[in-house]
Amino acid sequence: MQIIYTDTLVVGAGLAGLRVAIASKERGLDTLVLSLIQAKRSHSAAAQGGMQASLGNTIKGMGDDEDVHFEDTVKGSDWGCDQAVARMFAHCAPKAVRELANWGVPWTRITKGERQVIVNAQKVTINEAEEAHGLINARDFGGTKKWRTCYTADGTGHSLLYAVDNKAISLGIPVHERMEALKIIHDGKRCQGVIARCLITGEVRAYIAKSTTIATGGYGRIYEVSTNAIICDGIGQALALETGVATLGNMEAVQFHPTAIVPVGILTTEGCRGDGGLLRDKDGYRFMPDYEPEKKELASRDVVSRRMTEHMRKGKGVDSPYGPHLWLDITLLGRKHIETNLREVKEICENFLGIDPTKDWIPVRPTQHYSMGGIRTTPTGESPQLSGLFSVGEAACWDMHGFNRLGGNSLAETVVGGMIIGKYVADFGEKNNLVIDTDLINRFGGELIDEINGLVDGEGTENTFELKLAMQKIMMDYVGIFRNGDELQQAVDELSQLLKRSRNIGLRCKKRHANPELVEALRLRRMLKVALTVACGANARTESRGAHSREDFPQRNDKDWLNRTLSTWPDADALAPVLSYEALDVMQMELPPGYRGYGVNNAIAHPDTEKRQQQIDAILANLGIDADRYAKQAAIMPFTLPDELMPLNQRLSDTLNCAVVSATMVGDK
Amino acid sequence: MSQARTIRFSIFRFDPQDPNDKPKMVNYEVTEAPGMTVFIALNMLREQQDPSLQFDFVCRAGICGSCAMVINGKPTLACRTLTANYPKGDIILMPLPGFELIGDLSVNTGKFMRELAERLQLWLQPNNFESDIHRIETPMDPDEAAKLYELDRCVECGVCVSACATKQMRETFVGAVGMMKIARFELDSRDTRTADDFYHVIGNQDGVFGCVTLLGCQDACPKDLPHMQQIAYLRRKMAIASPNRIL
Repeated sequence: MQIIYTDTLVVGAGLAGLRVAIASKERGLDTLVLSLIQAKRSHSAAAQGGMQASLGNTIKGMGDDEDVHFEDTVKGSDWGCDQAVARMFAHCAPKAVRELANWGVPWTRITKGERQVIVNAQKVTINEAEEAHGLINARDFGGTKKWRTCYTADGTGHSLLYAVDNKAISLGIPVHERMEALKIIHDGKRCQGVIARCLITGEVRAYIAKSTTIATGGYGRIYEVSTNAIICDGIGQALALETGVATLGNMEAVQFHPTAIVPVGILTTEGCRGDGGLLRDKDGYRFMPDYEPEKKELASRDVVSRRMTEHMRKGKGVDSPYGPHLWLDITLLGRKHIETNLREVKEICENFLGIDPTKDWIPVRPTQHYSMGGIRTTPTGESPQLSGLFSVGEAACWDMHGFNRLGGNSLAETVVGGMIIGKYVADFGEKNNLVIDTDLINRFGGELIDEINGLVDGEGTENTFELKLAMQKIMMDYVGIFRNGDELQQAVDELSQLLKRSRNIGLRCKKRHANPELVEALRLRRMLKVALTVACGANARTESRGAHSREDFPQRNDKDWLNRTLSTWPDADALAPVLSYEALDVMQMELPPGYRGYGVNNAIAHPDTEKRQQQIDAILANLGIDADRYAKQAAIMPFTLPDELMPLNQRLSDTLNCAVVSATMVGDK
Repeated sequence: MSQARTIRFSIFRFDPQDPNDKPKMVNYEVTEAPGMTVFIALNMLREQQDPSLQFDFVCRAGICGSCAMVINGKPTLACRTLTANYPKGDIILMPLPGFELIGDLSVNTGKFMRELAERLQLWLQPNNFESDIHRIETPMDPDEAAKLYELDRCVECGVCVSACATKQMRETFVGAVGMMKIARFELDSRDTRTADDFYHVIGNQDGVFGCVTLLGCQDACPKDLPHMQQIAYLRRKMAIASPNRIL
């Protein structure tokens, strides 16, 4: 077994992984990335709508700042997030957007003067400031008080990923493509690297590193219908889970996106609704204002998804061979807007539905979309249990999304989280030596080789593809948008049986190199464990919070459930994870739990909430009325970041008092 | 709904790592379902008939560019190719030519694209080294940003390379993908490189002067990128920048 040594090892070449790799390489550390595919194919490329950052350039973003972004994010999370992390994130998001411009992202820019937009189905004229001309634009997204989502047409993920991967190439960071990490090498305290398998040759290799960062994205593909790329299978989470010591956080927090096309589940961006698109039922009736009079189509994703499901349950869905759906109507935006700002959506409609969205309504329904849960980390991105194991992006539970993520905050998390955690990874690489224990490397490598031999040479009778489909159906049917105890228990029981059966898989294709069936078999066993953490966590959490919605426990119960679910798998032979909980400390919160602004306020209060609010009021009173917002924030909930990221963000509103904006236009060459 | 028909696939099979294997075409049949794409059909084939079949898909939504292959003689993205597009129900699948074959329909476009990026330095080389990420960004003309995005939409699927006659004859030719990316950075006011700099990279037979203008790239590009316009533009720029001042 070949052993490869590096300082920083990153598993996953999407935006989050590449950003960490760049931060490490820039500090002079030897850096290496493993990827299932070429970096530019990563699922980051599929993000259409944009990334949130409180630049406040556009007229509809004026008055925006880190405080507003922070508050939106915490409310969006249904108070399930780590507020210190949400602060770190909101503070650095504008820096990340500006850095990406320096790396080549062609952000859509503001044109001064009047333009027409659609707000709440009405044409509205807005007038962009002279001084804003040429600065980075932003569009409206759900759950945000301001227009904050920066974008490049509807190909934001694509242009970000290409710019960041190009940057990584310019720095000479090697990406070992078609390599799949399948085991973490560790001694129970320290992570030493991974064992990986080459998807072309079948070679099993050890990668030894000072730090290992898992940036493998989410676990959407444990569901039958998902907007995720087919590589989003949760193996990164499974790697951590199988160490037996590292924890996963909030795995039951799974987001459904309101508008994926029927039947294939390909996403149409939230930008459709952000730009003014409407949801209609089988009668062509716009129903969202009845449910959410204030936010309408732009309520949080979990809320819109549930309202759509409720409405379809009332018989208002459009019948189709694939079950009921609703309509997304963007015709009112006009051809020009759709062909420039929503052209990917148009292409998807043409190619997969054979319709023209400038004239026809788009058939949509809520579909699995995002994994809020993941590898539990500290605010520096490190596993609390395994030193040297980091995680970032959707793979991680860092945890700024809590139980529901706002649109535009995931793309932002990849590059902002990568920017911050990348520095901590580099710090770790500078302070620590490689740990090389060849017995341990051989043990883990041997385990994987034995597993492969067992699959190829064994006498198993179970069919990988059948088991996988069964798992995906269980998740879809019983662990979906609305959940209840009976169905969740059934899911847990049936998934446990599938896990047991997966130990008796037999392969029809006996090759050891490029063998797609072997690849699926190795993944399936791991995916089943991930699926069980989701189902068991959901079954145990007897409340409704964010995207986790229990019909039998409709209240958000801060008294008993203001905590984070932790899953471990200490016994490799077990058929279920071990769950434990870490409390969210209300007395440390900048924004104590409150009403989120949707439906009835039915939360069961936490006993500390009132106490904390009084404490905050006292802190603010002590500061006096002259204190600025930064001083107030620091007094209520201080947060730390690497020094280079601490400076304040300048905004147009800071300079508008000056007669002239100092920056000059850069013209065509 | 009319009765489901049978789609007959003829698929190129070859395992280059198996010394005893020889390239061959193998026939399969699947029952067509409404909205079936080549992505759906190939997965059904692998799951139900032949688990050794190799092919690549990632996003399955026409976004990532991983599933380019030759379908009935035309290089294109398989994920968004509907089986309904073929009235006779006969579909022949071949791997993209011009790339290292991994097996069956899977080719190594990643290796090609990375080498191309390193060779042509396909990343932004900005003049604005003093950019301070804590302060307001440098403004950019909104039209320039929109134009850049138009050219930035390439997904590196490799279709243009496979559809290029010059590339088939000249291994070192940069292809439309290389020129499109050069054009993208040439247009970008943030990039310091000039036409003279680009001349040293593509002002030769491997670049703009190797193109024989058959425009398979333009015809086949799944993102409808304006290759013809960009190649003509670059060729003119390079002619002006050439030491002999061709123009």
